[in-house]
Amino acid sequence: MAATELPTLTPQLLLALTALLVMVVDTLRPGTRRVGVLAGVAASGALAALGTAAFFLASGTGQPSTGGAFTEFGGALVVDGMSLFFTVIVAAVTALVAVASYDYVRDEPHVGMYFSLVLLAATGMSLMASANSLATIFVALELASLPSYALVAYLKTNRGSVEAGLKYFIVGAIASSIFAFGASLVFAATGALALPAIADAVASGSNPGLLALGGLLLIAGFAYKTASVPFHFWAPEAYEGAPAPISAFLSSASKAAGFVVAIRTLVVAFPVADAAALGFDWPLVLAALAVVTMTLGNFAAATQENVKRMLAYSSVGHAGYVLIGLAALGGDADGLVLGASMMHLFVYGFMNTGAFLFVALAEHWGVGRTFEDYNGLATRAPLACAAMAVFMFSLAGLPIGAGFLSKYVLLAGAVDAGYWWLGVFLLVNSALSLYYYSRVVKAMWIEEPANDLAVESRPVGLYAAVVVAAVVTVALLVAFDPVSDTAVRAAQALL
Amino acid sequence: MSFVIEALLAGTLLSAFIVLLAPDEVAGKLAFVLTLPQLAGSLLMWAAFEANGNALLSDGAAAFQTQVPWLSLGGLYDLQWHVGVDGISLPLIVLTTLLTSLAVLSAWTPIDERQSQFYGLMLLMEVSLIGVFAALDFFLWFVFWEFVLIPMYFLIGIWGGPNRKYAAIKFFVYTNVASLVMFIGFMALVFALPVSSFDLPTIAQALHAGQLETFYGIAPDTLKLLAFVAMFAGFAVKVPVVPFHTWLPDAHVEAPTPVSVMLAGVLLKMGTYALLRFNFTMLPDIAQQNARIIAAFAVVSVIYGAMLALAQRDLKRIVAYSSVSSMGYVILGLVAYTEYGMGGATFQMLSHGLISGLMFMSVGVIYNVAHTRMVGDLSGIADRMPITAAVFVAAAFGYMGLPLMSGFAGEFFVFVGSFGSTTLPAAPLFTGAAMFGIVIVAGYLLLAMQRVLFGPFRADTEHDIVPAATHDVVPLVALVLVVIALGVAPDLFFAMIRDAVNPVLDVAASIGGGA
Repeated sequence: MAATELPTLTPQLLLALTALLVMVVDTLRPGTRRVGVLAGVAASGALAALGTAAFFLASGTGQPSTGGAFTEFGGALVVDGMSLFFTVIVAAVTALVAVASYDYVRDEPHVGMYFSLVLLAATGMSLMASANSLATIFVALELASLPSYALVAYLKTNRGSVEAGLKYFIVGAIASSIFAFGASLVFAATGALALPAIADAVASGSNPGLLALGGLLLIAGFAYKTASVPFHFWAPEAYEGAPAPISAFLSSASKAAGFVVAIRTLVVAFPVADAAALGFDWPLVLAALAVVTMTLGNFAAATQENVKRMLAYSSVGHAGYVLIGLAALGGDADGLVLGASMMHLFVYGFMNTGAFLFVALAEHWGVGRTFEDYNGLATRAPLACAAMAVFMFSLAGLPIGAGFLSKYVLLAGAVDAGYWWLGVFLLVNSALSLYYYSRVVKAMWIEEPANDLAVESRPVGLYAAVVVAAVVTVALLVAFDPVSDTAVRAAQALL
Repeated sequence: MSFVIEALLAGTLLSAFIVLLAPDEVAGKLAFVLTLPQLAGSLLMWAAFEANGNALLSDGAAAFQTQVPWLSLGGLYDLQWHVGVDGISLPLIVLTTLLTSLAVLSAWTPIDERQSQFYGLMLLMEVSLIGVFAALDFFLWFVFWEFVLIPMYFLIGIWGGPNRKYAAIKFFVYTNVASLVMFIGFMALVFALPVSSFDLPTIAQALHAGQLETFYGIAPDTLKLLAFVAMFAGFAVKVPVVPFHTWLPDAHVEAPTPVSVMLAGVLLKMGTYALLRFNFTMLPDIAQQNARIIAAFAVVSVIYGAMLALAQRDLKRIVAYSSVSSMGYVILGLVAYTEYGMGGATFQMLSHGLISGLMFMSVGVIYNVAHTRMVGDLSGIADRMPITAAVFVAAAFGYMGLPLMSGFAGEFFVFVGSFGSTTLPAAPLFTGAAMFGIVIVAGYLLLAMQRVLFGPFRADTEHDIVPAATHDVVPLVALVLVVIALGVAPDLFFAMIRDAVNPVLDVAASIGGGA
């Protein structure tokens, strides 16, 4: 087994080391600007992490076929199919964001800090994927969050960016403390922080009230990180104010990381049957959250005039779709529906990142932020607008990208698990979402351009990132099996 | 001849990308040249077609079949790349390739901006239409079915008339919601069947074997009825059946002529094709139990569509509404469950595709010259545009069912078939009522012809009425010849249609619900 000769945490280590490397490169010759080198190092590090994680996945590291999960640091971290799958998502989004940022932050100060913060946040997110104890979860969560606050406020002369950073920080601090309080209640009830140890205590059935309360508070913490109702309201503010590549990063990678923590905590520490015996029926809670989240996200998105804000609310809606996978675990699910959620996050990592990066491209051109400002953009930049059309239709679930397939598996999985009504909500919301997604397409392709609409540059990095994201989104439609098989296997191994 | 369908799809897709990248000046000519191999390919398939039977009802009945696993999506259901054609789908593929070539040709005059995008999208639409008619796996079929909307949305939205944005979004949302309703209905059936794939033949045969299970407490018979209603509603929007037709006039009037040709000629047939494949082939018992209601929908569409056409002043609107009327005949023929009824309905899909395409093209040619389509604005233009006028007259008579034109064959078969139906109660009554539609059709077409083409010359337009360009007239004449050929020798296609329809009737007779 060649794969075990590398440390099992190689992807995380690569991300962290690259963050340090970026800092070193940045200090070598202070005063000179080397955005290209910094972006290149950051992207290479993320790609290396992506490659390693994908290689581990393919070679079966930490998976049942080669003897099961690896545990590190006394069980505080675990490397299995689930953690590797989400590491792949985080690393892929990080690479796209790093490449796109090359153009976006070129004229800003502190570029080195920017890239190292992105990589540190990515390290935190990939550690979240591996964290197997409430303590490491909290630490990883903070490692992901603290750089994110700074990144949202990165454009420090821009009032919107600073305001968004402050709001994000305040809500994030509250959510962190709620999570910490929930963890302490769980610790009080079970005497354990490691997830498997909590599961043992849950099975024994002691302190049911305290446990359920603690579990609910943990869910509140997850809701914040995944931008789900009732802790979704920071998302439109933060995504709108943040630099667009950071919005892409947060809405894709950070959301995925939030979900992997939620999945691992709930599935491992609170097995459905045992939790239900205690009166903590978390699938029911999540089913309610899923319905409210997807409906609210979609309706709010439909009323927006600002594209970035629309995308922010749409990302709330997609969190609702993903929640279906967890909610349906209350039924007779066999990993398919949970795998479907993971597939959706994977595809979402490309189509949503791509959409936000297109917004970054529009901001780079100095095009405005509303739907109307996008009018006729396709006459100036057809390639990028074609990519954006792919993202929009794929997000809406039309069969032009893999978003169609992942939504379909969610539907089939939900129905299979006995939650047909969640499937109906998914379908109705998807149909509704076509309205606002197609508004972007309509503005770009059908409306007449304003006379002064000019696209003067073809930024290489942004273009490359947007086009790659679009190509992957379409290619996954044709060849989705590697993703879906891996996701379902990882989900089954955990259940 | 294996992989000929794949070659057709791949060739069209490749052509689409070539045209998208071509400069605007040559895009039209390039696109026309690139559609010819697809046309030749489909004709080659037609010439080499030897299969017999219905692709859904017996294994191996489809010609040029390929069946390979595509995706497993976690293992609950296997999705396959399964394509093949039988006597029902092959004529529609020939129709698609023929109309695409001619529509591209007819676009040279009216489309004067963003040409490469226009022709590229036309070819993308051709890919998905061929896919819709060739796919034998539900998932694959649905991918193509939904994908058709995307090029259509752009084609109407970018190159349409003054109200194009509204028309495009209405078309898009309306038909997409309909697809979802249909999707829910069909999925409910599949989930309640002990099958592990979306293979349409497998599903059809499992349904006929009575393998439907209780699903979430819904008894099989109720489930079948619910699924039938959902699918019928979904497809009825596409057809369109009154009262689901309101998107059609908007889309047609705003769409540029070549797009109208594709919309009326092929896209509406997707609806009736799907009705035949899904509702009438898979659930014949439900269709027969509710034959009266379905026939009522059909007759209302025939009469009401024709009356709406009678009330219009815009030539394009007249043709658009008359499509609603003609599609009503197709539904009536299908629900009759007789060889001539169902076969005639399928033949009518082909025939109406050709004739309505012809009508839209000739209206388009008149509009290109006169820049108006209003009946009151034009009079006696036959002298100035003799060939176009002659074609218009021929098309109108084709519509009215003049013998020796394909319209006659189609409508005659449908009426013979539905008159003799044993499963449709009061069949002669329904048939008689529908035949009355012909009278109205004759009324509005003769009226329009008389006022626009004949009489003293008058044109309320600032443009000179001159004969149309050669490349505008060529597709018209070509289509007239095809229409006449099919009228003289309907067996060119009707023989294979009959082969494919008869197994449906056998199944319906053995498990049919009776009246």
